[in-house]
Amino acid sequence: MIAYIIRRLLLLIPLAIGMVVVTFALLLIIPGDPASVLLGQEATPEAIATLRANLGLDDPWYIRLWDYFAALAHGDMGQSIFQSQPVSTIIAGRLAATIELAVVSLVLATILGLVLGVISAIWQGSIIDTATMLLAQLGVSMPVYWLGLLLMLLFAVNLGWLPAIGRGEPLLDALAAALSGRPEVLIKSLSHIALPAFALAVNSAAIISRLVRTSMLEILREDFIRTAYAKGLRRPRVIVRHALRNALLPVLSVIGLRFGALLGGAVLTETIFAWPGLGQLTISAISQRDLPLIQGIVLTFAIIFALVNLIVDLLYAAVDPRIRLG
Amino acid sequence: MQLPKALRNTSLVVGAAITLTIVLLAIFAPAIATHGVEQMDMRNRFAGPSFQHLLGTDNFGRDLWSRLIWGARVSLTIAIIAVVCSVIIGTIVGLVAGYFGGWVDLVLMRITDIFLGVPAIVLALAIVAILGPGVMNVALALIVVAWTEYARVVRATTLVLREQNYVQAARALGARPSRILFKEILPNALGPIIVLASLGLGTAIIAESALSFLGFGLPPPTPTWGWTLAYGTKFIRDEPWLSIISGATIMITVLGFNLLGDGLRDVLDPRQLSRGGGKS
Repeated sequence: MIAYIIRRLLLLIPLAIGMVVVTFALLLIIPGDPASVLLGQEATPEAIATLRANLGLDDPWYIRLWDYFAALAHGDMGQSIFQSQPVSTIIAGRLAATIELAVVSLVLATILGLVLGVISAIWQGSIIDTATMLLAQLGVSMPVYWLGLLLMLLFAVNLGWLPAIGRGEPLLDALAAALSGRPEVLIKSLSHIALPAFALAVNSAAIISRLVRTSMLEILREDFIRTAYAKGLRRPRVIVRHALRNALLPVLSVIGLRFGALLGGAVLTETIFAWPGLGQLTISAISQRDLPLIQGIVLTFAIIFALVNLIVDLLYAAVDPRIRLG
Repeated sequence: MQLPKALRNTSLVVGAAITLTIVLLAIFAPAIATHGVEQMDMRNRFAGPSFQHLLGTDNFGRDLWSRLIWGARVSLTIAIIAVVCSVIIGTIVGLVAGYFGGWVDLVLMRITDIFLGVPAIVLALAIVAILGPGVMNVALALIVVAWTEYARVVRATTLVLREQNYVQAARALGARPSRILFKEILPNALGPIIVLASLGLGTAIIAESALSFLGFGLPPPTPTWGWTLAYGTKFIRDEPWLSIISGATIMITVLGFNLLGDGLRDVLDPRQLSRGGGKS
């Protein structure tokens, strides 16, 4: 097991190298010159040339690529062109907010997906089933940024129940504050995350609910379910203890994949709700053509993706004894 | 695929009806649009729905119905280019990787892993930012993020099909790999490809609208759906209508393609392929 984890972690290295090469190749053909963007339209050609030299933009691509790898080996992702701060510092300051949003969304999506999926499987063919699956179909088809806007319009602008933009204290800090007798901090944080997390969760909840439904319907036809009823067990117990437990397996791998999708969706959700995370940073880095920052963000996303997949595979093996890693 | 079975599938029928309507609206936009895209009517700013303006107007009195219909052309064109190219690239990569196996498979699949390893929207944004706006550039960004899915599915299908007797027989008869891939394997892998492509059109439309929404799509005066939606947010407090209608247009179109894809999946039943093999 440990050997497996080490091997998977080592496989991250070629993936990261490939990722850097691909982004480097993409950014090489960038038409705009970051030096002239940085200095503005009135900059003299001399000033631009000096800045280009300082930023190392005049070196041939293979030297820049090599320098980048050499620095990366020391954990250094370079310096942001526009924010005059190390890329790693900027990303570290934003990462927690995005992960918090994605995790809360994932929890919401999983709970919603499980409940709706089980309900429509139990009452297959009923009006509840049809309505739930129609809702799921709409959830899959809805652009996440539009749903975010509608939620903001309804709950923040019209009803005034929740704040429209921004983030409260980080949830973990807010939880600690609540435990030490200041529940208002936690309430504020939760009220801020509610809308963006829900907007982001709907699409995944829809996908998970459809999968849970299919998976439950298959399991409910199995012999061991009939046996369980024959033993005289009650329906709720059969459904939760026997059926749901087995139906969860295929769902687990999808939940892991959804985390990746949620990180992508966060780029849009964060922009709408002014959530200070990596997504917002991505948009500003791309608008400003801040090459080192873009590269750092892409690499960070890639590493999180790979780590989440590893965790899912480990969980899979832990839940299903038939699966052996190696 | 029998016709009666297809017609009894609600998803398929509703999905086909929605997509057909949108496609026809886009094709006949010049005849159906009641106003020009940029035609202003300053006396009717922010007008509600009426016979004159079916879906109302924006802050310049531009007719929303006409803008959305012209926008359908843009969205559908980009989505179709993106999906067709993704299908071609993904299918070739998947067929080659699945059939030849070994290091060819290893290299091709590691390359797909690299593209799958970053959120699609981040990659697409970076590409459009680099290449600049334009129909082909936006389509290219969508192709770069979409081809991997087809490659993976076609590879998985090819792995199953290459062990089938008729493929083995063709190989024993001395057929060249290109013949086996395109004449024997591809026709039997078409079911899953068609289903994926239909769902992929919906995804492409959402992705294109997201790029436009963020300001990285086709620039005005092209009336893309995403841009119209984003523009509407400026007045969302007092005139939410603009954003609501443009978002609903995107959702209904995507819903159509998703229902069509789901329906096709039921009718074509790709699972039958892996169980029974054989030509249908």
